[in-house]
Amino acid sequence: MLEVSHITKIFNAGTVNEKVAINDLSITFNDGDFVTVIGGNGAGKSTLMNLIAGVYPIDTGSIALNGEELSRLPEFKRAKKLGRVFQDPMMGTAADMQIDENLALAYRRGKGRGLAWGVTKKEKELFREQLSRLGLGLEDRMTSKVGLLSGGQRQAITLLMATLQRPEMLLLDEHTAALDPVTAKKVLALSEELISEHSLTTMMVTHNMKDAIRHGNRLIMMNAGRIIFDVSGEAKQKLTVDDLMREFAKAGGDDIEDRALLS
Amino acid sequence: MGAFFASLGNQLPGTLAQGLIWGVMALGLYLSFKILDFADLTVDSSFATGGGLCAILITKNVNPIIALCLSFCAGMLAGGITGLLNTKLKIPPILAGILTQLGLYSVNLHIMGGGFRDSKPNIPLLKFSEALIFTSPNANGAYTSDRTKTIIICALLCAALVAVMYWFFGTEIGNAIRATGNNEHMARAMSINTNSMKVLCLMLSNGLVALSGALFSQYQGYADVNMGRGAIVIGLASIIIGEVLLGRFRGFVMRCTSAIIGSIIYYLIIAIVITIGLSTDDLKLFSAVVVAIALAVPAMKKKKAKVAKAQSGKEA
Repeated sequence: MLEVSHITKIFNAGTVNEKVAINDLSITFNDGDFVTVIGGNGAGKSTLMNLIAGVYPIDTGSIALNGEELSRLPEFKRAKKLGRVFQDPMMGTAADMQIDENLALAYRRGKGRGLAWGVTKKEKELFREQLSRLGLGLEDRMTSKVGLLSGGQRQAITLLMATLQRPEMLLLDEHTAALDPVTAKKVLALSEELISEHSLTTMMVTHNMKDAIRHGNRLIMMNAGRIIFDVSGEAKQKLTVDDLMREFAKAGGDDIEDRALLS
Repeated sequence: MGAFFASLGNQLPGTLAQGLIWGVMALGLYLSFKILDFADLTVDSSFATGGGLCAILITKNVNPIIALCLSFCAGMLAGGITGLLNTKLKIPPILAGILTQLGLYSVNLHIMGGGFRDSKPNIPLLKFSEALIFTSPNANGAYTSDRTKTIIICALLCAALVAVMYWFFGTEIGNAIRATGNNEHMARAMSINTNSMKVLCLMLSNGLVALSGALFSQYQGYADVNMGRGAIVIGLASIIIGEVLLGRFRGFVMRCTSAIIGSIIYYLIIAIVITIGLSTDDLKLFSAVVVAIALAVPAMKKKKAKVAKAQSGKEA
C-alpha cells in the first residue's frame, strides 16, 4: 500500500518561473490496485511519479510504501522497492551493455553487489526463459548490445527488468508514448500480463484516454497538481472518453491536448 | 635516410618502454573517460603525486615495489577527492577535476619535500639507482637503466592489469560501474548507488595514473612536479589512436589492450617527429594537434557518411 499524504512540490520557488507542480496532493494506492493516470500537459502526472521514485525531493508531506517512509530516502534506495519504466525507451536500459548484462543488473535490484560474477550461468538460463516469452527472438541474442535494439524491444526488456525482482510497486511513465501503435499495443499487453502475473500494485501514466479506460481497476485525472477525478470498480468500467472530457471541462481544466483527443 | 632510421632504431627500446609505462596511465584514463564517461582532469596532477611519492619513498630507503603500491593508494585518494567534489558537492566533472589538480600541485610539492613545512619541485634518484626496479648492474657493477628489463616488467604489468580489469568489470560491482557510466537514470532505477560507483571508479582510475607516474619516475631516475603536465592529452591520444587503429576488434580485453598499443604508437610518433627535427619545446603543441585531429575523426567520418548518403539519395 502506498500512502501519499499532503505532498507539495514547487519548482523554481521564489522566482518569476515559480511553478506549483504538485499542490497538497493525497492519495492511497491499495495493494493490487492498477491505477491509470491521465491529465493535460503540466498537470503533474510525471512529477507525481518522479516524486514517488525520488528523482527529486518533495517540499512537504509524506510518501509511505507499506508502512515505510520513502520521502527521505535517495532515489537508488527507493529503487529497491520500485520497478520503473520510462517514457523514453533509451532511458531504461544501458545501451553499451549486453542484453543479459542488463537483465543481470535488474536481477540484483534491491540486493547487495559484491565481487561475484555479474552474470552467472544459472541466471542466463532464467533470462533466456523470460526473454522467450516476449516473442521477439531476443533469447537467441542475449550477448547483443541493447543499443542495437529497436525502441519497442528496449521497452519490452525494460518492463521485464522492472519486474524481474518483484517490485512492491510498478511505475509506468507513459511507457508506450514513444512507440508506434502496433508496438505500443504489444508492450501494453505485456505490461498487463506481467502486472496480473505478479499481482503488482501499479501506477500507469498515459496520454491515451482509451488505454486509461481499458486498463486497470482505477483511474485518476490530474489538473494543476491536484487530483480532480478518482473513479474505480464498476463505475470505472462504464467510463467513456466523453465522460472523461466532461469531467475535465467540469473541473475547469486547461486544454486537453490534441494527442489525447485523437487517440 | 639511413642515419634517420639508425637514429630511430636506437630510440625504439626507449620508446617501447615509455609507451608501456604511459600505457598504464592510458588504462587509468580509460576507466574514467570511457567506462565512466567522466572527463577527469585530476590526472595531470595525480601522475606527479605518484611519481613524487615514489621518489621520496625511495630516497627514504623504502622498498621500490612498496613505493609503487603506496603511490597507487595516493592516486586513489586524489581520485576520491574529485569524486566527492562531483557527487557530494555537485561540482561539474571538469571543474571538480581542475580543482583537485590545482590543489594537488601544492600537495605534490610538499610530498616531494617530505613534510608539511618543506617543499621541493623535484627529486633526483641518481644516488639510488641500485634500488630502482628498472636498473641492473653493468660490467663495472654500477647500476644503470636496463631497457630490456623495463620492457619485460612493464609488459607483464600491463598484461596483469588488463586481466584484473577484465575480471573486475565482469563482477557485480564492475557491472554497476559500467551501468553508471552508460545510463545513470537506469543505474539508479536498478538500485545502484551511482555516487559511490563514480567515486570508486575515479579512485581506481587515478590509482593507475599515479602508479604510472611512479613507474615513470623510476624509469627516468627523477621526479618532477611538472611531470604530469598534459598527461590527460597523452592518455586521450593513446585511447583514441588505439580506437582508430584497432577499433574493429571487439571485446573488453582488446579495447584495453588497444589503449596500451595506442600509447606505444603515440611515443613512436613522438620519436619520429623528434628525429625529423621537431624541437621538444614544440611537443605539447604537436600533441594537442594530434589529439584534436584524432578526436575529430569520428565526427568527420559521420559527416562523410552523411554526405555520401545524401548524394546516393539524389542519384536514386
